[in-house]
Amino acid sequence: MLQIENLSVDFRVDSGWISSVTDVSFTLGPRASLGIVGESGSGKSVTALSVLRLHAARNTRMRGRIMFDGQDLLTLPERRMREIRGRDIAMIFQDPMHSLNPVLTIGDQIGETLRIHQKLDAAAAQKAAIGLLDMVRIPDAARRVTDYPHQLSGGMRQRVMIAMAIACRPRLLIADEPTTALDVTVQAQILDLLRDLREEIGMSVILISHDLGLVAEFAERVLVMYAGELVEEAPSLTMFARPAHPYSEGLLKAIPSADEDVGRLYAIPGRIPDPGRRPPGCNFAPRCPLVQPACTAAPPPLATMEPGHLIRCPVRLAAMETTG
Amino acid sequence: MLKLIAFRIAQAIPVMLVVAVLTFLLMHLLPGDPATIIAGDQADQASIDQIRRDLGLDRPVPVQLWHWIVNLAQGDFGRSLMLNQAVADAVKERLPVTLSLAMLAFAITLPFGIAFGVIAAVWRDTWVDSAVMILALVGVSVPNFWIAILSVILFSVTLGWLPSAGYVPLHDSFSGWLASLIQPAVVLALFQIGYLARMTRSAMLDVLDQDYIRTARAKGVAVNTIIVKHAFRNTLMQVVTVAGYILSLLIGGSVVIEQIFALPGIGRLLVQAIMARDYPVVQGTMLLLGFAFVFINILIDLIYAYVDPRVRYD
Repeated sequence: MLQIENLSVDFRVDSGWISSVTDVSFTLGPRASLGIVGESGSGKSVTALSVLRLHAARNTRMRGRIMFDGQDLLTLPERRMREIRGRDIAMIFQDPMHSLNPVLTIGDQIGETLRIHQKLDAAAAQKAAIGLLDMVRIPDAARRVTDYPHQLSGGMRQRVMIAMAIACRPRLLIADEPTTALDVTVQAQILDLLRDLREEIGMSVILISHDLGLVAEFAERVLVMYAGELVEEAPSLTMFARPAHPYSEGLLKAIPSADEDVGRLYAIPGRIPDPGRRPPGCNFAPRCPLVQPACTAAPPPLATMEPGHLIRCPVRLAAMETTG
Repeated sequence: MLKLIAFRIAQAIPVMLVVAVLTFLLMHLLPGDPATIIAGDQADQASIDQIRRDLGLDRPVPVQLWHWIVNLAQGDFGRSLMLNQAVADAVKERLPVTLSLAMLAFAITLPFGIAFGVIAAVWRDTWVDSAVMILALVGVSVPNFWIAILSVILFSVTLGWLPSAGYVPLHDSFSGWLASLIQPAVVLALFQIGYLARMTRSAMLDVLDQDYIRTARAKGVAVNTIIVKHAFRNTLMQVVTVAGYILSLLIGGSVVIEQIFALPGIGRLLVQAIMARDYPVVQGTMLLLGFAFVFINILIDLIYAYVDPRVRYD
């Protein structure tokens, strides 16, 4: 259904163009769930925004192909793209506080999607909005529908965002860090809701997060991104049980465990290189515990370790082959 | 809502009192003596003293202040020293001129200022944006007396389309009223349009970068709808603030413009009164302006509550 081929995204800065996302490819079938994991600056959100072409056009350059139902979204005219947004592909964002318009009622904002794509009139859209609020389990929906965003809690606002996104029963929902700004208990509720709605509507979901544990639990397959590149792709179970890329290992180790009494939390040393200052070889080499001289010479390719499991680490790949 | 209005009006009373006392003290700090000016160059000390006694200026300043405020509380603004007329009447005569000019200039400023600001923001970093912003910069930079004079030379002297000076009351002739005011109003508006356009543009740019604009785009909302429905309503708060400020500036009397176009308005009255050390007129006019500022601010607060639900529900 969705097939991203060699997507690269560059942003314009004062000194020219810098590369944010490099050569990302992946596919997603109908009713599938995919997680994308990485630190801030890894390019996961940029990749997601590219699917809906939501970057500021004048400062962005995109290459590659994003095939959706056989058409390339990157070459689609803006008018056609607008028909797809909200109807076939919907998106929810990290910060429900700022992602809702403060001067419009939530009913108006949810109904707007339906008024645009299904040409509902105001009354019908309002009625549908109440139904959607029910669907995302907001109590007393009929009364709540005329509320403004500031009258709701953070978790409620994210539910409203979800209601807005699923209004047209899209085939693909992209959730960009949907729970990051929320309390832990609310996080779990929102993820449960997304899981249920995925079943109910039969849509595919891309969940983006910096939390590998959360993603692995939610999605069937996980992509790990680092410095604008895919570094590992694997089924969730594999990724959780035996991640192959040293960066994925680091991410997994960084998840605090409840049953171990650790004095200090693990953190991967160093930090992600800024776009435009990426090293010549492997992007992760400066932080990598397994680094070899060859790693800093040339960028490593993404290679298949076993069917459905890709990694961008020749060192680990070679080690696996000798032991395996 | 009623509570809010009542509260704001109650708040305004002490403000007005401070304005009254400050104006009074400021006037009496100024060197110069109205009695000397009224008596003329040739007067001897005895007649000056006589005038001072007649006007009550020989009494201590706190006593004068007390009398003035007691009279104010009874609705008596005092008598003008130079016009031989009650202050209230003098102001009442001139207020329509200033208000007409202010309202006309304001009515010209609002649509143009807002439209230019929005256009510049929507086409940010293009030649449209640059062109509008250069025009706005010219508007706020060029002194309005200079534009006024150029305008008079072109439209009144060379082309003869508009009168160069004077005021025709609205109830005498609408076209005469408009003709007498359109030139000064446009000149006044030029500066304000530039100012409002710049403020609107920056407010709009700020809003266009907000997450909820991205949300609207992700829903498939068309660009025009995003600008009108999602973005513009959020910039209104700042636009209203600036517009209120502009209106109070305009009502504050466009001293220079009234002077150039010989419009008998409040600004001109104030200048004459200060020159003549006409304490009651200066005090009365300042009080009126203070009242106008407070009133406009209350109005702005009410508009806020209408525009922004977050204010309404507090």
